[in-house]
Amino acid sequence: MPPELLRMIIASVIVVAFVFLNAMILGYMERKVSAHIQRRPGLMEVGPHGILQLLIDGIKLIGKQLIVPEGSNRFLFRLAPLLSFAPCVLPFVVIPFSKKLQIVSMDISLIFILAMTSINVIAILVAGWASNNKYSLFGTFRSVAQAVSYEIPMLLSLLSIIFMTSTFSLQGIVAAQKYYWFILVQPLAFIIYFISGMAETNRAPFDMPEAESELTAGFHTEYSGMGFSFFFLAEYANMFTVCSIATVLFLGGWKGIPLPLGDFTGIVWFMLKVYGLLFVMIWIRWTYPRVRFDQLMSFCWKYLIPFALVNLLITAVVVKLI
Amino acid sequence: METAQQNLEPATDIPHDNRYYLNMGPQHPSTHGVLRVLLEMDGEYVIDPQPVLGYGHRMQEKMAEHKNWMAFMPNTGRMDYAAALPYNHGYVALFERICGIEVPARAEYIRVITSELNRIVSHHLWIGAMLLDMGAFTPILYTFDDREQVLDILEDVTGSRLTYCYFRVGGVCKDIDDNFVEKTRAFIKRQRERFDVYNKLVTGNIIFIKRTEGVGVISLDMARRYGVTGPVLRGSGIAYDVRKNEPYSVYPKFDFDIPTGQNGDSYDRYLVRLEEIEQSLRIIEQALDQLPDGPFLAKVPKKLKMPTGDSSFAVEAARGELTYYLVSGGGDIPYRLKIRVPSYSNLSVLPELCQGMLLSDLVAAMGSMDLVIPEIDR
Repeated sequence: MPPELLRMIIASVIVVAFVFLNAMILGYMERKVSAHIQRRPGLMEVGPHGILQLLIDGIKLIGKQLIVPEGSNRFLFRLAPLLSFAPCVLPFVVIPFSKKLQIVSMDISLIFILAMTSINVIAILVAGWASNNKYSLFGTFRSVAQAVSYEIPMLLSLLSIIFMTSTFSLQGIVAAQKYYWFILVQPLAFIIYFISGMAETNRAPFDMPEAESELTAGFHTEYSGMGFSFFFLAEYANMFTVCSIATVLFLGGWKGIPLPLGDFTGIVWFMLKVYGLLFVMIWIRWTYPRVRFDQLMSFCWKYLIPFALVNLLITAVVVKLI
Repeated sequence: METAQQNLEPATDIPHDNRYYLNMGPQHPSTHGVLRVLLEMDGEYVIDPQPVLGYGHRMQEKMAEHKNWMAFMPNTGRMDYAAALPYNHGYVALFERICGIEVPARAEYIRVITSELNRIVSHHLWIGAMLLDMGAFTPILYTFDDREQVLDILEDVTGSRLTYCYFRVGGVCKDIDDNFVEKTRAFIKRQRERFDVYNKLVTGNIIFIKRTEGVGVISLDMARRYGVTGPVLRGSGIAYDVRKNEPYSVYPKFDFDIPTGQNGDSYDRYLVRLEEIEQSLRIIEQALDQLPDGPFLAKVPKKLKMPTGDSSFAVEAARGELTYYLVSGGGDIPYRLKIRVPSYSNLSVLPELCQGMLLSDLVAAMGSMDLVIPEIDR
């Protein structure tokens, strides 16, 4: 067996394992943080402070029957969760966890990640269409419109960083932040990116596709068992990806004050930053009401995109002058 | 139907080939119970919402015709489970009026205090539930925290936490003690401080304001035509409150205001309810100060005979005007008991109000009406 292939197999196993682990940590974090925001203890029953709850939940979901609703397209209905899950795993291949820990170092890593995260929309489209449920279809309409619109300010805000570094390689961008983090020179781009990122991952207050008080559960209304868990995993994996891009591009990636941990220092700093951003996402979700769909769209087209464009223009001029 | 035509405007801009029906409920997260709304939709726009009632029908009125009037008493607390004491109040006050029974002053004060506490509980529940409808999960936990405090107080005297059967013809079944007074005063102090939390978390929230301002505007004319009452009516700017307009019990002795809105939108209804909590606190404060000594239950003959004829009694429940109308053919079983519940009239605005609205707005508008479905279905 060629060593390159072996390496890929090991890497993909690790990545999938990490996605599951991340979903468990994040699921636990979400429930615990939301509990404390709401002044209740939250998970307490399974294990100390309920740390095993997510494991038990996972086992329960695996054990559940996948019910295929009548009149739905069986093949597409089953395909959609996988279609949602697989592209969410791929970005982990190029995320630089530290200077050395990156499975594949590509020159176009950023484009690769953005391309992979946008495939999620197709999965939602397929899921909503195949479910043969009006609520699912509703969620799908909203999701597609939302994801397509929010990708524009997201890319525009990232472009301003690319202008500064002239590279798509994530390691290159981290290396470019030698003296200062880019959030200091590009605060507007960071805010725009973070807001669009929340909308991209369908997090509240932009959780239109699964607005449960309006659409019961949106596009995954009809999914049970592992079908549902794949969407759940995909959402958390996507959140992680969005936050790690923000970390790499704006917060200096794995760089930080040296710790006596040897090669692990980078990983520790990277994880701290990513989970810090994830904490902010969770915090926002449990504080604000949901925005209305048309307000969401007009916010994107009337505010985010013009601001992102102006920011990009200013960046281009400044880069040209210096 | 002129307003209906105007409301249709936004939806007529888009082609109408793809109308379809969406069943919202009877099991739906934001219909609070078993209300079913049949929506004719065009994309995201609601063309024609029709509430379908009866999923929680329990024949309360028919039951009243078949048993001794006192045996029906516990049923009154089971119609509006969120604010049951005003329902108790209306029922016993009706029989006091028919049979000419004098109620001791202390009993009247206790009734007012507990009813107002119950109103606060109901508004707490409503604030949480409405924000839950709009996708904010946290406020309900904060309001429930406060709600628990009141429920504990009420549990001490009434014995139950939700479906009360506390009032009796001629008074109440248990006297309040110093402990109750003390706890209630502590609650009033606490609640006043908590308004600050509500305002920070909800009232000034830009997303909340954007979602509710100008949404579900009930005009004066519409409110009158449908017989809307309670905070929904007051949100539209009419200061009608049974406690002021047809005073009953000892309400005339207290100094309190009727908060009103100006625009009649969901945001005004929210503000009105928030202010009503404060007004209820004022009433309770004054009632506790003036609380007279004496018996809490009048001497009432065991077997009450109703004279032939009809009579009615209206009280201000947490959701609006509640009227019991009773026709008696003599004896101790009513010939007919008609209950006019506020939520029913408030819900009947829905088809006209929500035409041409976005689905999300319908949820916000329906949430702001504070519907309790078992009360509508009875």
